[in-house]
Amino acid sequence: MFLFLIAAGLSLVFGVLGVLNFAHGTFYMLGAYATFQLVQWLGVSGGRFWLTAVGGALAIAALGGLVERFLFRRLYGKDELYQLLFTYALALILGDVAKMLWGTQQKSVSRPPELTSALHLFGAIIPTYNLFIILLGPAIALGFWLVLQRTRVGRYIRAAALDRETLGALGTNVDALYTWVFVLASFLGGLGGALISPMRATTPGMDTEIIVEAFVVVVIGGLGSFWGTFLGALIYGQVLSFGILFFPRFSIFAVFALMAAVLIVRPWGLLGRPLR
Amino acid sequence: MIRKIPWPLLVFIAALFVPAAGSRFYTFLANDVIIWALFATSLNLLVGYTGLVSFGHAAYFGIGAYTTGILMKKLALPFVLAFPAAGLVAGAFALLFGTFCVRLTRIYFAMLTLAFAQIVWAICFKWNEVTGGEQGMPEVPYPDLAWMGSLPVVRDLRTSDHFYLLSVVLVAVCLWSLHRIVRSPFGRMLTTIRENAERAEFIGVHVRRYELAAFVLAGIFAGLAGGLFGIFNRGVFPDFAYWTKSSEVLIMTLLGGMGTFWGPSVGALALILLNQQIVSYTEYWPFVLGVILVVLLFGFPGGLAGAAELLGRRLWRPRRA
Repeated sequence: MFLFLIAAGLSLVFGVLGVLNFAHGTFYMLGAYATFQLVQWLGVSGGRFWLTAVGGALAIAALGGLVERFLFRRLYGKDELYQLLFTYALALILGDVAKMLWGTQQKSVSRPPELTSALHLFGAIIPTYNLFIILLGPAIALGFWLVLQRTRVGRYIRAAALDRETLGALGTNVDALYTWVFVLASFLGGLGGALISPMRATTPGMDTEIIVEAFVVVVIGGLGSFWGTFLGALIYGQVLSFGILFFPRFSIFAVFALMAAVLIVRPWGLLGRPLR
Repeated sequence: MIRKIPWPLLVFIAALFVPAAGSRFYTFLANDVIIWALFATSLNLLVGYTGLVSFGHAAYFGIGAYTTGILMKKLALPFVLAFPAAGLVAGAFALLFGTFCVRLTRIYFAMLTLAFAQIVWAICFKWNEVTGGEQGMPEVPYPDLAWMGSLPVVRDLRTSDHFYLLSVVLVAVCLWSLHRIVRSPFGRMLTTIRENAERAEFIGVHVRRYELAAFVLAGIFAGLAGGLFGIFNRGVFPDFAYWTKSSEVLIMTLLGGMGTFWGPSVGALALILLNQQIVSYTEYWPFVLGVILVVLLFGFPGGLAGAAELLGRRLWRPRRA
């Protein structure tokens, strides 16, 4: 489910800004590190974990805003290659900065005390925290969708995805809108990292792993399509886990094969719409 | 105009003398450079000349490396067979994958090449019986170069030097062929497609077929580079086909200058030398690489070759006026 959070940010940036953001995985990693750092300062007890998670995500959102405002903006309208390589360069730089700040050792965050228990459900033991994440995913998805569909900002964002120039001509500050979209996407990435930090150890290199997974999800579901990303995350999870069950060795293979197959048959993804 | 100096020939001859300088380290470095130069140049055929941004070019490099590695280590075939096989197998895969890839455009093309590369990587990573899986395949033997021992000058050199000389010659032949391809009517047509695919279609060019041909050729040469690299590296590992390798070679191509023939080779040389220098000072090589890349993207989109050209034009203009 948290994969959905990350992929949603990636999909949003692609859908509106038209850029594949390689650094998105790095935002996710930094979100986890930032949360770790805040937990070091504040601790996890008494609901402080939520504070740190949101704080970490906000820090990443601010970082995303700065990056968009000062660097990324200059690359709109240039070759895709330049944009791809720029985000890749960003991933390299930020990844190393994280290494400088936090070293190469694994960092882990303890679970918030409210959710350390486990639940017995259908004969399986599920930690409450995992259950919480499973429920949080759709909740965020729904909230996000409502913002996009029902609010003024959401309408602007959708309009910008369709036609940037016309929206600008109608008097909207598209530049600022783009910055905020990037901020929002970075927030989602950072939040994904923040929420995963109690479940998995935070290590350098988690960024390159997640970004490929998020790519697969977004491509399967449809680049820029919101529910497509949700569907993509579900399919990805299913294929990976059933793949492991039936042919353990080729589950990764199956995932990429699925991605290739989708690209061949419907390049714009299952629920996406074709780009002109 | 100044009389044309045959730079490639001079570089080739100079390269042959590297082992004579005696340093094992520099021969190693030079070998690394020339193989990457071939790899980057093969990618340039796609990205620079045809305008197809492949984000999965490492797949063919990896396939080539595994082909040569498996043939030489497991089947003990001689290098004379195993090396061309690397190109053939990589080319065959490029044909298979490319058939699907060229039907897509722009970002989707890049995504699909990436997907295929990841498939190749996943297979190499997991198929233990054939590829050695995660552990890779160490100890790929050197080709039998005993005959070099009977030649007058090179007799006293080490095996690794012999292999270096062999790769210099092979890379030179490959680069020469690539140069011929780029300068041929076929190569011109690729550039036309890059500039305006629609117009090319109008004048009766089967654009997809040309793109596919370019894709296969690029795959073949990447495979050959991979074949050499597997032996040079004394082992073949799954990360040869991982997507970070693809971006590495893209950076080289960009650094040197896309669309110029020698640019990628210069880029390979610059990047590898830089890497050598910088890793002795700091462990944060990716950071430096990222900064270089950002400067390059904002300052010199034409790469080193583009920058040199610009500088040249600035220097020459006053005289012409």
